[in-house]
Amino acid sequence: MLEVRDIRKSFNGFTAVGGVSLDVPAESITAVIGPNGAGKSTFFNLLTGHLRADAGRVAFAGRDITGVAPHAICRMGIGRSFQHTNIFRNLTVFQNVQAALIAHAGQARNFWSRADDLYREETLKILESLGLADKADAVSSALSHGNQKQLELGIALASDPKLLLLDEPTAGMSATETRESIRLLARIVAERKLTLLFTEHDMEVVFSIAQKIAVLHQGKLIAEGTPEQVRADREVRRVYLGERH
Amino acid sequence: MTMAKRIPWTLIVFVAALTIPYLGSRFYTFLATDIIILALFAVSLNLLLGYTGLVSFGHAAYFAIGAYTCGILMKTYGIPFGIGFVAAGILSGLFAALFGFFCVRLTKIYFAMLTLAFAQIVWAICLKWNSVTGGEQGLLNVPSPDLGWMASLPLIGDMRSADHFYLVALVLVALCFAVLRRIVDSPFGRILNTIRENPERAQFIGIDVRRYELAAFSLAGTFAGLSGALFGLFNRGVFPDFGYWSKSAEVLIMAILGGMGHFWGPAVGAAALILLNQQITAYTQYWPFILGTILIILLFVFPGGIVGALHAGYVRLRARRDA
Repeated sequence: MLEVRDIRKSFNGFTAVGGVSLDVPAESITAVIGPNGAGKSTFFNLLTGHLRADAGRVAFAGRDITGVAPHAICRMGIGRSFQHTNIFRNLTVFQNVQAALIAHAGQARNFWSRADDLYREETLKILESLGLADKADAVSSALSHGNQKQLELGIALASDPKLLLLDEPTAGMSATETRESIRLLARIVAERKLTLLFTEHDMEVVFSIAQKIAVLHQGKLIAEGTPEQVRADREVRRVYLGERH
Repeated sequence: MTMAKRIPWTLIVFVAALTIPYLGSRFYTFLATDIIILALFAVSLNLLLGYTGLVSFGHAAYFAIGAYTCGILMKTYGIPFGIGFVAAGILSGLFAALFGFFCVRLTKIYFAMLTLAFAQIVWAICLKWNSVTGGEQGLLNVPSPDLGWMASLPLIGDMRSADHFYLVALVLVALCFAVLRRIVDSPFGRILNTIRENPERAQFIGIDVRRYELAAFSLAGTFAGLSGALFGLFNRGVFPDFGYWSKSAEVLIMAILGGMGHFWGPAVGAAALILLNQQITAYTQYWPFILGTILIILLFVFPGGIVGALHAGYVRLRARRDA
């Protein structure tokens, strides 16, 4: 589904991502982990066109998407969330998801019909699957942090993506919120037959749902494999897991 | 909520505006014409400011381009008003598209500065291109539109020509408002809101943000040009200061004073600014001082502008009644 080949990015001489290759098979759940500053977010931004790679190649579903603009990548079927919650704060919960549906349906150029009731059913269906239907008319900035993260997932789902890239989906959540979110995420990924690639700092989350784990350290991939393999890897224990346990 | 929805305020205001010539005062007609034309100018700016989240410091450029286009076509080439008016909208829209192409490549204060730079270029050209624009003297004695046909109409036939012009302007402005309203309530308008709220996220619902900003910029320029065309005729002349930066500041003040969070906010702001100016200059020469004070109070106490404050008050009142 996603093939990354030797991708590189430096900022003013500092190598943030120094030659990473990664294969994400279709309908798999892959986690990218690593200590703070390992280059996870930079790696994500390279995949979605927010940053331009210095070298290397990214292919999605067989098409080269290196250097393609973010909006075009989104239209090809990649949805993403951001580490810092990224929603339309002064719009209602309903309007947040509806806007994404409007864009996805190619209705964004339509300047003559009324927007209010457009895709009402589809919007409510997505909100229901996230458990946000009862908050549809609330201004989105009034939601709890956990709900805002879920709403952002809803915005991503509205584009009907095949591949979902989530940057720290449980960042800043309480333990309860984290557990609920992960259960929700696992259900949605299964229902929609999505391919999921996510970064995460919470090891419990990672080992509970990831089928494959890639470990980034100082901009390089130091290990890749099943959770058991990664857990057993000596290098990983030294640079990463060891620091925490 | 439902009560408020059922009262057709827009229609009531429109009908009330239609009756102004019957008051029989030249001065009221003059003020009303000034207000409706600048209200359109301010609402056109709000397509950028309130709906797309783009702060333009150079919106007067398109007002001036529209005014000169219509004025030159009518005076120099003897072309009828209808064609001059449409041409003003088209040409100012095209210039907005051209300048906007560069402006939307920048963000925030750099965007604002570039809009200002283009507006200053337009102003300088209007000031110096003597053979076409009349230079510093401006374009004097622009012919009045031929509204002789209105004399044969019932009810309004025996009015003064200034009243006839007011009624024509009112209908044209109302049509522009109807179109603008439709645009901001459309899916396209909703997408503009997402850009205002969060351009980064808007990109990742599949929106080419720059292209949509450019579309909004061109549309705003078009309607500014239409209001400029009307203003030139109302003013009986077109002058370089139509495009000067102080004109751009004035329309920004109107939008902020009235409230950029609501469709009619900038129109209310235009009316308030013009009426205040009239009243206060009658008593004191310190109008700019008073205006500054009003703005400071407004920004701190009612950041939503006049309409924002009224709306908040109405919501609170209703909550109390329901409780």
